[in-house]
Amino acid sequence: MKYDIIVVGGGHAGCEAANAAAKQGLKTALITSNKKNIADMPCNPSIGGTAKGIVVREIDALGGLMGRVADVSHLQIKMLNSGKGPAVKSLRAQGDKITYPKNMVRVLESLEKLDIIEAMVEDLIVEGNTIKGVITLNKETYLCDALILTTGTYLKSKILVGDTSKEEGPHGEVSSKHLSDKLRALGFEIQRLKTGTPQRLDPNTIDYSKLTEENGDPIPLTFSFDLEPSYDVNKQRKCYLVYTNELTHQIIRDNLSLSAMYGGYAEGIGPRYCPSIEDKVVRFADKERHQLFLEPESDYYEDLYLQGFSTSMPIEVQEKMVHSLVGLENARILKYAYAIEYDAINPLQMYPSLESKIIKNLYTAGQINGTSGYEEAAGQGLIAGINAGLKLKGKDPLILKRNESYIGVLIDDLVTKGTKEPYRLLTSRAEYRLILRHDNADLRLRKYGYEVGLINDEQYNRLKMREKDIESLTNDLKTTKIHPTNINSSIKESLGIDKLNSGMSLYELLKRPQIKIDFLKEYLPNEYKKEIYEIVEIAIKYEGYIAKTNREVEKMLKLESKKIPKDIDYNKVKNLASEARQKLSQVRPETVAQATRISGVNPTDISILTIYLKKEYGKEDKHE
Amino acid sequence: MNENICAISTSLGVGAISIVRCSGPDVIKIVSEVFKGKDLNKVNTHTINYGHIIYNGEIIDEVLVSVMKKPKTFTKEDIVEINCHGGISSTNKVLEILIIKGMRLATPGEFSKKAFLNGRIDLIEAEGINDLILAETDEQRKYAINREMGNLSKLIINNRKILVELQAKLEVNFDYPEEADNIEMTHELVRKELLKIKENLEVLLNSSRDGKIVREGIDVAIVGKPNVGKSSILNHLLDEEKAIVTDIAGTTRDIVEGSITLSGIKLNLIDTAGIRKTDDIVEKIGVDKSLEMTEKADLVIFVFNNNEEISDEELSLLNKIKNVQKIVFINKSDLQSKIDEKDLKKYAIIYGNTIEPDGLETLKAEIIKMFKLDEIKTKNYNFLSNSRQSALVSSALNSVNEALKSVENEVPLEMIAADIKEAFDTLGEIIGKSYNEELLDELFSNFCLGK
Repeated sequence: MKYDIIVVGGGHAGCEAANAAAKQGLKTALITSNKKNIADMPCNPSIGGTAKGIVVREIDALGGLMGRVADVSHLQIKMLNSGKGPAVKSLRAQGDKITYPKNMVRVLESLEKLDIIEAMVEDLIVEGNTIKGVITLNKETYLCDALILTTGTYLKSKILVGDTSKEEGPHGEVSSKHLSDKLRALGFEIQRLKTGTPQRLDPNTIDYSKLTEENGDPIPLTFSFDLEPSYDVNKQRKCYLVYTNELTHQIIRDNLSLSAMYGGYAEGIGPRYCPSIEDKVVRFADKERHQLFLEPESDYYEDLYLQGFSTSMPIEVQEKMVHSLVGLENARILKYAYAIEYDAINPLQMYPSLESKIIKNLYTAGQINGTSGYEEAAGQGLIAGINAGLKLKGKDPLILKRNESYIGVLIDDLVTKGTKEPYRLLTSRAEYRLILRHDNADLRLRKYGYEVGLINDEQYNRLKMREKDIESLTNDLKTTKIHPTNINSSIKESLGIDKLNSGMSLYELLKRPQIKIDFLKEYLPNEYKKEIYEIVEIAIKYEGYIAKTNREVEKMLKLESKKIPKDIDYNKVKNLASEARQKLSQVRPETVAQATRISGVNPTDISILTIYLKKEYGKEDKHE
Repeated sequence: MNENICAISTSLGVGAISIVRCSGPDVIKIVSEVFKGKDLNKVNTHTINYGHIIYNGEIIDEVLVSVMKKPKTFTKEDIVEINCHGGISSTNKVLEILIIKGMRLATPGEFSKKAFLNGRIDLIEAEGINDLILAETDEQRKYAINREMGNLSKLIINNRKILVELQAKLEVNFDYPEEADNIEMTHELVRKELLKIKENLEVLLNSSRDGKIVREGIDVAIVGKPNVGKSSILNHLLDEEKAIVTDIAGTTRDIVEGSITLSGIKLNLIDTAGIRKTDDIVEKIGVDKSLEMTEKADLVIFVFNNNEEISDEELSLLNKIKNVQKIVFINKSDLQSKIDEKDLKKYAIIYGNTIEPDGLETLKAEIIKMFKLDEIKTKNYNFLSNSRQSALVSSALNSVNEALKSVENEVPLEMIAADIKEAFDTLGEIIGKSYNEELLDELFSNFCLGK
């Protein structure tokens, strides 16, 4: 059987990649070891979160699936950081672990160009330096022109609980034994990473009176730019707050040597930002308590997820630990926490398009590239799918810049800096985050989705309408003048002792710190949707800060336009510090801007490189 | 980086000894090939070895050779220093031999550049070394050493640390909003931290004026009508202090007549052409030039003749240079006074003549008082010394002030975080931790050969 594009793995990266490939009109296969696990959420039930929620918006803007599927498959949704500024606001939903995969499979099955195949891929067919297909465990061969590997945690995965370990993936699934060896043989550097998941508890054995409730937002919200909210805000499920205490910490300290991680039974490197509970207790010894969340997983089964309590302690210790928590004294553990180790490649061996530097037409996305998180995986899957398609069509890849999207920041970080631990997006990783906001994801990215055929005309027109409304409201604010005699009480109160100039425009007035756009609505000639007011208000109120970010962006883009020739020999660049020489040779940055972001490459090295480029290649921005 | 470089590190000219310094991966091996004495390849690091430089069987010089193996060297590479007998010809010959044996003559500042590139020194330290080489007074030298030791770097690093810690506290709130146990950063908390930085940076900036004085000295222009006695005042000052006669070619200061040291601070004395109305074009150019010099000076000593009435030209010049600090020196105090002090009441007035030393001593005391030179001397030398550093600190302070203004207006904290990051990056630029293309070329081409 021959396909244009084969996607190996049906997780969040695989689903987006398969959709993006098929939507570009290419004959696509999604090969997964178990159809039941497509779009599975083996760990946290959340979709979104800080920075991640913006990624979901970006996926939606580009024509991906995660946002629209999450919108119809969640138990609760809220806006994080709603009390803070516009640039750190982010949606987070508690996905239903049954409904979300079901809805995702429904979308995938509706794609004409996509076949879903159940098989375990164990080998790759490579001719010369080009990928040609895959061979399954049952020795079936599937040929393709481009391959996207989204294997998640399934490469040589090993589940660890205390000193016991089993070579299997989540849910006791079979893991791929040979694929990572094949990749290693082809020249990929394989690293061992680790992540963990906490206990699932029986909801009927918990004393809720001792816990604090966490509710969804009372205002309906969606990730997708195309969907109206379709859930009842009053029927959202509750989450609960739980705290560890001194007893919990004592149990952990007493049993530390029994933990897989601390007992020396594990070799993988785990994430610093999502540590196991034993890590937290050891590293932050003076903290009296750690906060945990108790979250529902689905409307169709009972398990509650004990977020923040991931551990690789033996099960007897886990019992003691859980029962030490106030409100959980009699909790019944339905599933024990475990750590999982798996193989990943070194993402420095990938181009920003997510095509590998070693094997042509081979793309990778998700945890295999060293990331963690459903959203990070989905974002990469989408870009890998788009770029595999563009490559087969002979077009330039879609490379999102750091000033355009969190997905761009994520991929650039991976292919430029690499990662030694599972990588999670944070708003602080995005130096231009003031312009990478929840509210403007479609304005930033939808045009790209439209160009590659993932966004249809109807969706694109929606963007155009929004742009028109934004322009029109901005214009209304500029042309509407307000007179001091005619101000409402909200404005009067906010102004305080400040005086209002006669005949001031609403636009100028809105720049005053205490004035909200809501106060001005009654003076405007036209009415708009809520989001339009919001986005215009942000643009006007924070004009100065946004302009500052844009100046930084200009500087970066200037360096981004300085391309580094593909054939450059860093050994010939005199005076480079040796660490810089080695890193540059490994990463082979495509632009000077990318070179500046490589760790270990210092400003001096950049100066030396720039001078070398000028000298050797003349006008350094001319060549490719 | 892997080249072997060499240069004469001591100043050119006839001295008791001169040193040829070599740095690079093979310098020990190369020098050992022309050195008769112990096998330098086998000696311990940081040792001085007696022997001779021999080339083609001929003894070139009797030398002491210091061998310093990496990484504990100035450049973090192997360094060999050959102490030759003074005298240009033998030292030059040694240098020539090393080049024949495969070393390359170092470009100006290349040793420092290697030290910088290999992470041995940061930018401030590199600049400090340059100043140390050029230091003429004791104060300059102390200051440069202080800077080379990295004290200023430490100060900048400390302030960056406060900024980055503040930033981190904010980021935790942004990225982990639900971790209730983290301190919720309020505008008030941010304001407190910012005020700390603001104060630190302001202190640094205010002392940078003093830094400039220590580093560059005080430019003193002596102004007055022809024959009022400017040159004799100048010569008296210079003779007495056994003037360091400088010759700073190619700068606008090429009419600096000489320098004296006052309370350890260098005074650069500038004699100006006489001030008078003239139609002679050549003379007019001279007069214009002295006006220009006068306006750029840190201090003007305006000399009047006690025996003559104040002319209109003199008064108009006095008004023209109102932005410069001034001392009025009324010369020829031994003659009858025709000066009307009313016209000069705004200024410090000193009477004197060039026959008795009292007036000149009073003049010097006035300068010390005016520039608080005694205080500068006792200060810590942790201040910014060049305009690049001052400009960057000002700009960082600017960002901090903007952040404070936004705090006042309760602008969302992630916006304010952008100002904080900007201040952090700007301070980083001072010690070379941010990207700036032109800076290093500029800096390293200002270094003298061999250091």
